[in-house]
Amino acid sequence: MAGMLGVFQTALEVGLIYSLVAMALFISFSILNIADLSTDGCFTLGCAVGATVTLAGHPVLAIFAAMAAGVLSGYVTAFLQTKLGVESILAGIIVNTGLYTVNLAVMGFSSNLSVFGCDTVFSLAKGFIGGKWYKLAVIAVIVLLVCIILIRFLGTTLGLSVRATGDSPDMVSASSINPAFTVTVGLCAANSLTGLAGCLIGQYNKNCDINLGTGMVTIALASLIIGQAIFGRGNMRLKVFGVVIGSVIYRFIVALALRINISAEYFKLVSALIVAVAIAAPKMREKLAFMRKKSVSMRKMRKEVMSDVNNDRREQNL
Amino acid sequence: MLIMTGVNKTFNAGTVNERKALCGVDFTLKDGDFVTIVGSNGAGKSTLFNVISGTYYVDFGRILLDGRDVTYLPEYKRSAFIGHLFQDPLKGTAPHMTIEENLAVAYLHSSGKNRIFGRIKKADREFFREKLSELNMGLEDRMKTPVGILSGGQRQALTLLMATMVTPSLLLLDEHTAALDPATADKVLELTKKIVREREISCLMITHNMHQALSLGNRTIMMDSGRILLDVSGEERNRMSVQDLLDKFAESTGEALDNDRMLLGGNG
Repeated sequence: MAGMLGVFQTALEVGLIYSLVAMALFISFSILNIADLSTDGCFTLGCAVGATVTLAGHPVLAIFAAMAAGVLSGYVTAFLQTKLGVESILAGIIVNTGLYTVNLAVMGFSSNLSVFGCDTVFSLAKGFIGGKWYKLAVIAVIVLLVCIILIRFLGTTLGLSVRATGDSPDMVSASSINPAFTVTVGLCAANSLTGLAGCLIGQYNKNCDINLGTGMVTIALASLIIGQAIFGRGNMRLKVFGVVIGSVIYRFIVALALRINISAEYFKLVSALIVAVAIAAPKMREKLAFMRKKSVSMRKMRKEVMSDVNNDRREQNL
Repeated sequence: MLIMTGVNKTFNAGTVNERKALCGVDFTLKDGDFVTIVGSNGAGKSTLFNVISGTYYVDFGRILLDGRDVTYLPEYKRSAFIGHLFQDPLKGTAPHMTIEENLAVAYLHSSGKNRIFGRIKKADREFFREKLSELNMGLEDRMKTPVGILSGGQRQALTLLMATMVTPSLLLLDEHTAALDPATADKVLELTKKIVREREISCLMITHNMHQALSLGNRTIMMDSGRILLDVSGEERNRMSVQDLLDKFAESTGEALDNDRMLLGGNG
C-alpha cells in the first residue's frame, strides 16, 4: 500500500511539473491558435540550462535562467513567423531542430548531464520543510504562483489582446493591436513556462538527458485536452485550473498503466494511445450520439411501417 | 479630412492575372462628409477601403488623413483613428471573449489609456454599460456573455460601437448591413446614422442599394474599373433619382450595370 501511495505521490509531483508545459500549450495552442512544435526542444533547453546553472551552485538562479532561455527560444519561433513569414508549424519544427545542437552545446557536447549531489531547489526545501512532502510543496507553490500570474495576465489589456489575436485575427487588425507583437508576447510567455518545467524536471530527476523532451508536445497536448474536456466551458480561472488537473490525471493514467505491469518499453506506445484517445474522444462522442439518434429514428420508422402493415392485414381480414 | 492623390493599386502585376484595382484615384473627403459609394463588382470599392485602412499599401500615390501622411503607416497603427466595418458581421469581434472583453480590447487600445498591464476598471465597465445601452439591444445586461452566442445583427452593432467608441477620424463601412436580415439591417443602419450624425464622423459607405446610396449622407460617388466615374453632391444629388444614377452609369461606361442586386435593391 505504501508503494501505491509512493507511486501516486510521484505521479502528482511529476504531473504538476508537466502541467507547466500544458499551460504553455494552453497559451500557444488554445489561446493563440498556434501549434508550437518547438516545445520538445525548449523543454530540454530549460533542463540543460537549469542543470548547468545548478551545477555551478545556483539552483534558484537556474530557474530564472531556464525561463529566460525559454523566452529566447519562443522569441526566435515568433520572429520566424511574424517577421519572416515562416508557416507557424514549420517555424516550430525549425527551432526544434536547431535547439538539439544548442542543447548539446549547453551541456558541453555530452548527451547527459548529472546534477547528482548538487544543491537543488528541492534539497534546499528539504532543509526548511523536511518530511516526505517537501518536493510536492515546492512544486505546488510554483505551479500555484504561475497559475495566478497567468490568470491575472490574461485579464490585462495585453492579455486580452493576446487572446483576441488567436480568437479573431480580423478584429485584431481593426483594433490597433499589432498581431506580430501579441504573437511574440504569447510565444515568449508560453516557452518561458516550458523552460521552467524543464528546469524543474532536471532538478527533480537530478539529471538532464538530450532526449528528455522527445514527445513532450504530445503529452502536454493530451493533458490540455483532458483538462478542457473537464473544465472547457468555464471561465479563464477554471480553464487554467483544468489544465493542471488534466496533466495530473494524465500522469495518474500513466502510473496506473505502469502499475499493471505494462513494461517500460511500451511506455511511448501507451502515451501515444492515451493521446490519440483523448484527442479523438470529442469526435467519437459526437459520432456515437449521431449513431444512437439514427438507430432510434430508424427503429421508430420501422415500427410505424410495421404497424401500418399490420393495420392493412387487419383490414383485409375483416 | 482625407486626401488621396494619384492612388494606384495593381494585383498580380506582370502576370496573366494582372488586375488594375485602382487607377489614379484622386479623392478628397471633407470633415463631416458622409459619402456613399456604388459600383459593380470588381469596380475597386473594397480595394479603395483596403488601401485607406492599410490592409494593402498603394503602388503609387499618397494618402493624407487630417494632414498626416499615412501612405506607408502599418494597418494596426492606422486603426487607432480609422474604423472599418465589413459585410461579414462575425469579422469584427472575438467570439470566445465576452462583450466586456471585446469592448476593452477596442477601447483600452485607442483611448490613449494604453497601459499594457491595465485591467478593466469599474469606471470602464460603467462607460461600456452606458455605451451598450445606446444600442437598445439589452446587451448592457449581458456584458459577461461570450460574443459568439449573439446574433449577427447584435455582433455588427457591437462592432460599430467598438469602432466608434473613441471617435475615429474616418469610418469605413463596407456593405456592413448586407448580410443581415432586412429588419436588423434597418436597425444597424439607424444606429450608424445616429452615431455618425451625433459625433460628426467623416464616413465612407459602400452600398449596393441605389436608393440608399442617394438617400444616405451628403455625397455619392460611383466607381468602375478602378476609377471614380461620378461624384455628385448638393442640389444635383438631391434632384437625382435611382434611374438617373443608373443612366449615368450606362452613359459613362457604355454598358448597363451588371449587378442584379443593385437593380433589385433599387426600390428598397
